[in-house]
Amino acid sequence: MFETLRQSLKTGVVTTSYPTTPAEVSSRARGRPEIDWEQWKDARPAAAVCPTGAIEFVDEPTGRTVSRNVTLDLGKCIFCGLCADVDPAIRMTNVCELAACLRDELRHTAQYRLNDDGTHHRLLEAPGKPETLETVGRQLRASIQSVLGRSLHIRQVDAGSCNGCEMEIHGLNSPVYDIERFGIHFVVSPRHADMLLVTGPVTRNMELALRKTHDATPEPRLVVAVGACGCSGGIFGRNYATCGGVDSVIPVDVYIPGCPPNPHALLHGILLAIGRLPPNAPRRNDSDAQRIKHALA
Amino acid sequence: MNLLPSLRSILEELTQRFGTQLQHAPAPQPDELYLHAPPELAGALCSTFYKKYHGRLAAVFAEDARAAEHAFFVYYLYALDAAHGFVLVRVPIPADKPEMNSVTDAVPAANWQEREIQDLFGIKLFGHPNPRRCVLHDDWPEVYPLRKDFDLHTKLPPFTGVRHKFREVEGEGVFQVPVGPVHAGIIEPGHFLFSVAGEPVLYLQLRMFYAHKGVEKLFENLPIPHCVRLAESISGDSSFAHAIAFCHAVERAAGIEAPARARALRTLCLELERLYNHVGDIGAICTDVGFVTAHMHAMRLKERVLRVNEELTGNRLLRGMACLGGVRFDFDADQLRALVTFVDDFEKEFNDLVELIRCNSGTRERLETTGVLTPQIARDLGIVGIAGRASGFDHDLRREFPHDFYDQVRFTVPFFTEGDVQRRMVVRREELFQSFGIIRQVVGKLPAGPIQTKIGEVPPDCVALGFVEGWRGEIFHWIHTAPGNRLARCKVKDPSLQNWPALSEAIMGNIVPDFPVVNKSFNLSYSGTDR
Repeated sequence: MFETLRQSLKTGVVTTSYPTTPAEVSSRARGRPEIDWEQWKDARPAAAVCPTGAIEFVDEPTGRTVSRNVTLDLGKCIFCGLCADVDPAIRMTNVCELAACLRDELRHTAQYRLNDDGTHHRLLEAPGKPETLETVGRQLRASIQSVLGRSLHIRQVDAGSCNGCEMEIHGLNSPVYDIERFGIHFVVSPRHADMLLVTGPVTRNMELALRKTHDATPEPRLVVAVGACGCSGGIFGRNYATCGGVDSVIPVDVYIPGCPPNPHALLHGILLAIGRLPPNAPRRNDSDAQRIKHALA
Repeated sequence: MNLLPSLRSILEELTQRFGTQLQHAPAPQPDELYLHAPPELAGALCSTFYKKYHGRLAAVFAEDARAAEHAFFVYYLYALDAAHGFVLVRVPIPADKPEMNSVTDAVPAANWQEREIQDLFGIKLFGHPNPRRCVLHDDWPEVYPLRKDFDLHTKLPPFTGVRHKFREVEGEGVFQVPVGPVHAGIIEPGHFLFSVAGEPVLYLQLRMFYAHKGVEKLFENLPIPHCVRLAESISGDSSFAHAIAFCHAVERAAGIEAPARARALRTLCLELERLYNHVGDIGAICTDVGFVTAHMHAMRLKERVLRVNEELTGNRLLRGMACLGGVRFDFDADQLRALVTFVDDFEKEFNDLVELIRCNSGTRERLETTGVLTPQIARDLGIVGIAGRASGFDHDLRREFPHDFYDQVRFTVPFFTEGDVQRRMVVRREELFQSFGIIRQVVGKLPAGPIQTKIGEVPPDCVALGFVEGWRGEIFHWIHTAPGNRLARCKVKDPSLQNWPALSEAIMGNIVPDFPVVNKSFNLSYSGTDR
């Protein structure tokens, strides 16, 4: 008893104050890949080394020239950084707060006119700003958020993940992230839950269990898809044994990319889903410079 | 290739006994003995290796070689610890008559793996005590996904949810408690059916493979470099160990070796993986008997390791670090210094945690004599890793078959014979103390030089075995290469697949409320099992 008290007092408070302060991630951490769209000379090497097809392109003849649509899909990205190894126009940042309300917000598509050798001649269309889409998503969710109020009960469902996401979700209950400080609890049954936190890919053997769990969750309810596999099927994609991302089986409200997303990224996504991100919190589209400014302020 | 003398004498004895029916095939490594045997010899060979040579059935798997050889091949992989070698017996199964006799009666460890072959290759099992489906659940149509004529992207009819028929346990006052696949905690999917009379568990039936993702088929559909990332996703908590086991296999097939510095860095990462998992498990065992304070300290410590992982490799689970021929990121002097400082500091804190748990007599009372797995049952089921070492199986690939840098460091392997939850926790605790020593020794003698050996296209039609002692136990990857830098087959063997049946044995006679802690003390990977 005394030993327990002694150690607790000795340890003190270890809980992060995220999201009021920036995420405590290493400068070496691999988060969102940043592409210099203007200067990008060729998408092919990066697409060739990408193990999940997060960088993909389609070439189409338009008139006498050929144009290329290149997509960077953060919902498929496993943040291995192999693209950045082969392509100087790609840089891995440590930005981990990537959650989005719409699947399309995670896709960034640019269009290039091509040279004869297949390299990029010039950028025709840069990826659009996704904020407008997000506004729509936010409005759609506003009514749900008002019902759920300040307390949220989460049921986690592993629909076939590799257990990497589970490990990080566990971390939310550690004293370091302590999700209960937001009034958010993990509950034992979907019948007690407001939100399903689902990891994927949804396997064929788990499909029915996921549907039943969803049906058992009272409305209004939120569904958050976690990790590259939850968002898109990840490296497993769709095959004879998996249905792909969570949204191929049940409707999804928020997508949290990552392989696995770290506890900051998970918190960011969960708070985004319930509209409780503080206004000054680091946002998805913040550049590094803004983040540093924010940290110094 | 020159065979090890110990294996050569085994080969001579076997040749004397079985004559020309047994053929010796060239093996890629001196510590591997490849044998070709007719199907009728499989049973006799398996029991000979198991009983006479005290071998351990490390894996049973099949391969569709109908195109080239008009047959399926079934492989039995034995690890002969005393002889410091592996034996791989290849048995042809005629393509037009896909049937085989089960060896499970002689070698119980084959049980699930044989059923898996039946499901995935459509090779009918005879003489198996429980030949029902396992990987493909009851509603699956008659498909055999690992046959070459089955396409990875085959679209199957939607799930209909045919009910699985569990074995019935009857008697006065006996009732069933079904649990899962969606559990109360944040854990992976699996179904447990307890048959209980009052509190004590009479019988536990496991139904797994909810997380079957077609991984082995996927390996055959990706270029080899991409497969490293897939290996990282077999079991998230063993990302690095699986990736390195796969890299070992490919490197052996290509005839290259990672440079010394890379092997040392791999060893550091393997130990970091052991560190965060073991400390997390110790905490989780405590929380399952109500000692939450210890769990919170353990979670805090685990988080520290995960952050160190991120600082060193860019990912908290060490993903993206492994690559064919070495590792992707070097550690500079500052990082290494920080790592040693961290280990010193972590050891102090871990000592505190150990003391905290020791002072709590209630915890010890709950853990001792709970969930006992006897050495005999452990041996029959081929239980490996932490669970094996707590149940009298004094074995560790790092010592018996040192891979990477383990031949350069000194460490001891803790082992006990009591086989209860307490001992499985103590094995983890002692291994952590050894890990601290290993990390310090590796950093102390870290060789200079490159961190990658260049690897070109891997030659086709090579076979190779890769293995790693992960934190949970031994991981095997066996590959058969194909033209165009691809794989014809990749067999993945996570220790969990072997160890799950032990849970049914260990829980028998225990009370249902102790199930979480018994389960946690094994902490098996569902995804690694189901793939």
